[in-house]
Amino acid sequence: MPDKQKSSDKPVKRKSSDLKRRMRDALKGGGSKAIEKQKAIGKLTARERIIAILDPKTFYEYDLFVEHAAKDFDMNKKYLPGDGVITGTGILSGHPVCIYAQDFTIAGGSLGYMHAKKITKIMDHAMKLKVPLIGINDSGGARIQEGVNSLAGYGEIFYRNTQASGVIPQISVILGPCAGGAVYSPALTDFVFVVDKISKMFITGPEVIKTVLGEEISMEELGGALVHSEITGNAHFYAESEQECFDQIKQLISFIPWSNKKKADSFPKKAPKSKKYKIDSVIPTDPRQPYDIRDVIKAVCDDSELMEIQERFAPNIVIGFARLGGETVGFVANQPLYLAGVLDVDSSDKAARFIRYCDAFSIPLVTFVDLPGYLPGVDQEHAGVIRHGAKLLYAYSEATVPKITLILRKAYGGGYIAMCSHHLKADFVFAWPSAEIAVMGPEGAANIIFRKEIQSAENPDEVRKQKVAEYKKKYANPYVAAAYGYIDAVIEPSETRNILIHALEISSEKTEVTPDKKHGIPPF
Amino acid sequence: MGEKKPAIKYKYLNVDNVKYKTLLTKKYLSRKPYVDGDDKKVTAFISGGIRKIYVKKGRSISVGDKLLVLEAMKMRNDIISSIDGVIKEIFVKVGDNVSKGQVLVEYK
Repeated sequence: MPDKQKSSDKPVKRKSSDLKRRMRDALKGGGSKAIEKQKAIGKLTARERIIAILDPKTFYEYDLFVEHAAKDFDMNKKYLPGDGVITGTGILSGHPVCIYAQDFTIAGGSLGYMHAKKITKIMDHAMKLKVPLIGINDSGGARIQEGVNSLAGYGEIFYRNTQASGVIPQISVILGPCAGGAVYSPALTDFVFVVDKISKMFITGPEVIKTVLGEEISMEELGGALVHSEITGNAHFYAESEQECFDQIKQLISFIPWSNKKKADSFPKKAPKSKKYKIDSVIPTDPRQPYDIRDVIKAVCDDSELMEIQERFAPNIVIGFARLGGETVGFVANQPLYLAGVLDVDSSDKAARFIRYCDAFSIPLVTFVDLPGYLPGVDQEHAGVIRHGAKLLYAYSEATVPKITLILRKAYGGGYIAMCSHHLKADFVFAWPSAEIAVMGPEGAANIIFRKEIQSAENPDEVRKQKVAEYKKKYANPYVAAAYGYIDAVIEPSETRNILIHALEISSEKTEVTPDKKHGIPPF
Repeated sequence: MGEKKPAIKYKYLNVDNVKYKTLLTKKYLSRKPYVDGDDKKVTAFISGGIRKIYVKKGRSISVGDKLLVLEAMKMRNDIISSIDGVIKEIFVKVGDNVSKGQVLVEYK
């Protein structure tokens, strides 16, 4: 009997050695020279990156034997393994994901017809299976030799990014150049990760800018990781190395649901590190004094773990994920440490998008308020602070997830309304005894209300001081707003965590009926 | 807390007559102060190169007269006078690269 089996095995074996040979060729990527070049600048290869992100030994690759479809410019003589992109499925922190990585060692990771087909195929998979999509970008851009087919490829990707938006989490990792039309795929996804000195994103590169405009700028200064983290806001997470970036991805994925129909993983409740973050002593009572709002968040959230998003962009507002009682929440908080925590073009834009993310994926919103209002200035007005500021009002009003607001200190004027007040249908609005809900700061208000008395006084400065003090005593507190029911409860700082957790628990089954419409028209 | 942090150098931001102690961002500090447009100065509306100059110092100019050609984005833009006046100074020559907002010509 054993003999018979042996003879029938033979052809299969031969076939499998043929497979091995083909795989060996394909897995060589762009060859040892190109790989050496890639490594020299601190970059892993595309396949190494996927393996580093996913749980060990869980990656399954598809379309390894796809060949490029370019016919012109002698391209038909070229062999580009897998057409320069690796696609597949795997497990990340115990959950399935779809993933792709462009391979810069193969024709510069350029996007041709079949390259794009592989990407759109894995995107379609992700949508059908309702699992997150991770895209690693490392590409010189369109494959010029393939002409309009590369453009078509990008368009097909953008369309799918948009369809998948709000259905499955989409994560873009920029680990190399990402230029021209290619930048718009990451821009359409939920989270963009960049790494110092490795990531580069721009629509037109330094050379074109020099030729047509005569302006000289380096790639790093034009569209490096720091520029997109600090100035443009295109990037959400900044890392010093690829490994740090992969750790950030894993941390993020632990906070978010795997699709819009699922809930994020629950974790065991963990108390905050109360020795390091003392809720009673973080805040100076004088509303003009700064402090770090992140210390307050860390004083209430589980294990004091806050995953901040867009940390360097518009730091006058803090957004990020944390857990309260083991469940993920999205924090939005004014940051008095920077620009006194004002709202402006960038901070409104930053917070509004995050609120929409949380709403799309059923993550409750917790808002901490301490702001003097909007940033004054011609540059702000001309930059469109009206329409950008409106995004925040829109996002909060539209969100139907549980919305819990805590006013810590000042909440003046339009800033009070915008920061998820009862008027925008917050479910609960709490205030600390140090809260001041007023139409503007006491100095400004007293100057207007008592203008005549101040001007006609013998000693205007004295009278002004007196009137400011009067106004402060009467209005700079939470009780005027509480008297109208705009504040549900004035609470001691030490009660904050328990009350927030309670509010979240009782809102877990919240449903809200929204008007029947195709979609609204937010002030994009 | 507990660990020593380097002293932070705070600045002040005025909102509604209240001075708040805070940090200012790089972007805030690098914003350009607003300047009222000056009719007597012709500035480059886009960065580019000067390809041709039609006028000379001291010449009288009427509304609609061509002053120079500014090439940018592969387009040759005729820069046309929006006022009547006399050229006081021409700050550029053919071949110069100019940045957006740079003064090209000034009237008396």
